Amino acid sequence: MTTPLLKVERLRKSFGNHEVLSGIDMEVHRGDVTCIVGPSGSGKSTLLRCLNHLEKPSSGAVFLKGEPIGLKWRGERLFEMSFNELAKQRQKMGMVFQGFHLFPHLTALQNVSEAPMIVSGVPRARAESEAMELLAKVGLGDRAGHYPHQLSGGQQQRCAIARALAMKPELVLFDEPTSALDPELIGEVLSVMRDLAREGTTMVVVTHEMSFARDVAEHLIFMDGGVIVEEGNPREVLAHPREERTRAFLSRVLETA
Amino acid sequence: MPETKTKPTPSRDIHAATPVPVRHMGQWLAGAVLLVVALLFLEVLVNNPNMQWAVVFEYLFSPDILKGLGITLMLTLLAMLLGLLLGVILAVMRLSSSRVFQSVAWGWIWFFRGVPPLVQLIFWYNMALLIPRITISVPFGPTLVNWDVNDLITPFSAAIMGLAFTESAYAAEMLRAGIRAVSGGQTEACATLGMTRWQSLRRIVLPQALRIVIPPIGNDTISMLKFSSLVSILALPDLLYSAQMIYARTYQTIPLLIVATIWYLVLTTAFTLIEHAVEAHFDVTRSRPSLSRALVSNLKAPFALRRKEDLA
Repeated sequence: MTTPLLKVERLRKSFGNHEVLSGIDMEVHRGDVTCIVGPSGSGKSTLLRCLNHLEKPSSGAVFLKGEPIGLKWRGERLFEMSFNELAKQRQKMGMVFQGFHLFPHLTALQNVSEAPMIVSGVPRARAESEAMELLAKVGLGDRAGHYPHQLSGGQQQRCAIARALAMKPELVLFDEPTSALDPELIGEVLSVMRDLAREGTTMVVVTHEMSFARDVAEHLIFMDGGVIVEEGNPREVLAHPREERTRAFLSRVLETA
Repeated sequence: MPETKTKPTPSRDIHAATPVPVRHMGQWLAGAVLLVVALLFLEVLVNNPNMQWAVVFEYLFSPDILKGLGITLMLTLLAMLLGLLLGVILAVMRLSSSRVFQSVAWGWIWFFRGVPPLVQLIFWYNMALLIPRITISVPFGPTLVNWDVNDLITPFSAAIMGLAFTESAYAAEMLRAGIRAVSGGQTEACATLGMTRWQSLRRIVLPQALRIVIPPIGNDTISMLKFSSLVSILALPDLLYSAQMIYARTYQTIPLLIVATIWYLVLTTAFTLIEHAVEAHFDVTRSRPSLSRALVSNLKAPFALRRKEDLA
C-alpha cells in the first residue's frame, strides 16, 4: 500500500471541558475523495479544521506527506510552529468554507490571483492569466470583473473553489460547501467538485449530500460523538451499514431527502 | 345599540375617486415661522453695521490670512496623517495576543484621550523644563547624538505632537472597531491560502477596515481642523492667530473673526465633500466613480436627494 498523503493519528480536541474529538485516526490517499458525514455536533467540521490547524488539536498529530503539521522537531525536542511557519504548510492544503469568505473588496479575478501574487511571488500577468483559466474552469469566465456581492451564492462558492486551487494545493478541504446555498444552486457547485474529482484532485469533504458521497467518493467516514463510527467504500456503507448509529443516521437523512 | 344614520351615497366609488393627500398643516405653520426667524437673522447679518462687511472683504484674501490658512491646513493634515499612522499601530497592538503590547497601547490611549489637547500643547511646548537634553551615546564610548530640547521643540512641532497624539488615541479605537468588524472568516481564508499575519492584515483586513472607518476619519479631520485653532496659545500664526494679530492692531475684532469663520466653514465644506467622494470611490457595493466624478456628483447631492424624496 502506498504511503498516505495525509495521516491523522490519535487526534483529540477539547473546547474547555467539552471533548469534541475523542481520538481520530484516518488516512487520505492521493487522488481520492474522502467524504465525512454525520449528525451535527459530531465533530466533523472540527476535524477538518484541525487538519490545517485552524483549530489547534489538544493532542495527537496530523501528517502531510509524513511531515507533522504545526509541529517541528529540533533534536529530541518538539516545538510548536509559529504562525508564519504554519502558513507555509497551509499553502499545500486549500480550504473551501460553508460561508465562502471571499474578499469583498476584490473582484473575482483578484480573489483568485491575490494569494499566488503575494504569497508565492508569481508575477501579476501570469497570476492573472492562471486565475482566468481557473475561473473559466469553474464556469465563471465571464464574471472575472465582478465583485462578490454581484455574484449568486453558487457563483461565489465556485469562485472560492478557484481561489483555493490557485495555490496549487496537494489537497483541498471542503467544509459543508453547499450548506449555505439555496437548493437550486447546490447542483452547480457539486458539478464543479465532480469535475475536480475526475481530474484526480485529492479532496476531503464534510457534507450532507449523500448522493455526492455515494457517486464521487472513494472513501466514506461516518462520525458521531467525536469518533469515527464506521468507514469504508461509500456504496457499501450507505447500502449496508454495520453499526446501529450509522443506520439510525442514514434512515433519518434519507427519509428527508 | 342605537341605529346609526348613514347617508345613502350611491355615487361613492373607491376605484374612480382620487384620495386627497394628508395635509401637514402643523409642518406648514412651523415652517413659515422658521422661515421668518431665518430671514430676521439674515437681516441682522447683512444690515448690522458692526459686521463691517467691507473690512471682512478687505482681509478675506489678505496675504497674512492666507498664510495662516496654509498653516492651519498643514497642521490639520500632518496631525491627521501622523495620528492615523500611530492609530493603526496602536490598534494592532491592542488586538495582539501579547499582554505587554495590549497594556502599553491601552495606557497610551488612556493618557492621550484623557488629557485635553490644550494642556498637551502647553506641556509639549515646555518639554525642555522636563528633559533639557536628549543624548544618545555608546556606553563608555563616544556620544552619537546630543540635542538641546529647546532647539527641537518649536511651536510647530509641539502643536503637531499635541494634536497628533490626541488623534492617535481616537483613531486607534476607531480602527480597532473597524478591524474587528471584518469577519473572522476573512483571516481564516487568508490563513488557508498560506498568507502570513502581516500579509493578511495589509492586503485583506486593513483595506476593509479602513473602508469602514472612512466616515469617522472624515469626522475627525473636521474636528482636527477646528482643534488646530488651539495652537494660537503657542503664538503659532495659524488662521485664528493671524486674524487675532490683525485685530490686536486695528481693533476690528468682529470682522476679522468673521474672516476666520468663513475660511473654517469653507475648509469644513471641502473636507465633507472630499470624505463623501472618497467613501463613494471605495464602496464596491455601488458602481465605483472616479474620485473627481464622485466629487462632482456630491456637489449635486443635496438636490438629487430632494428629488428622490419627491418621488417617494
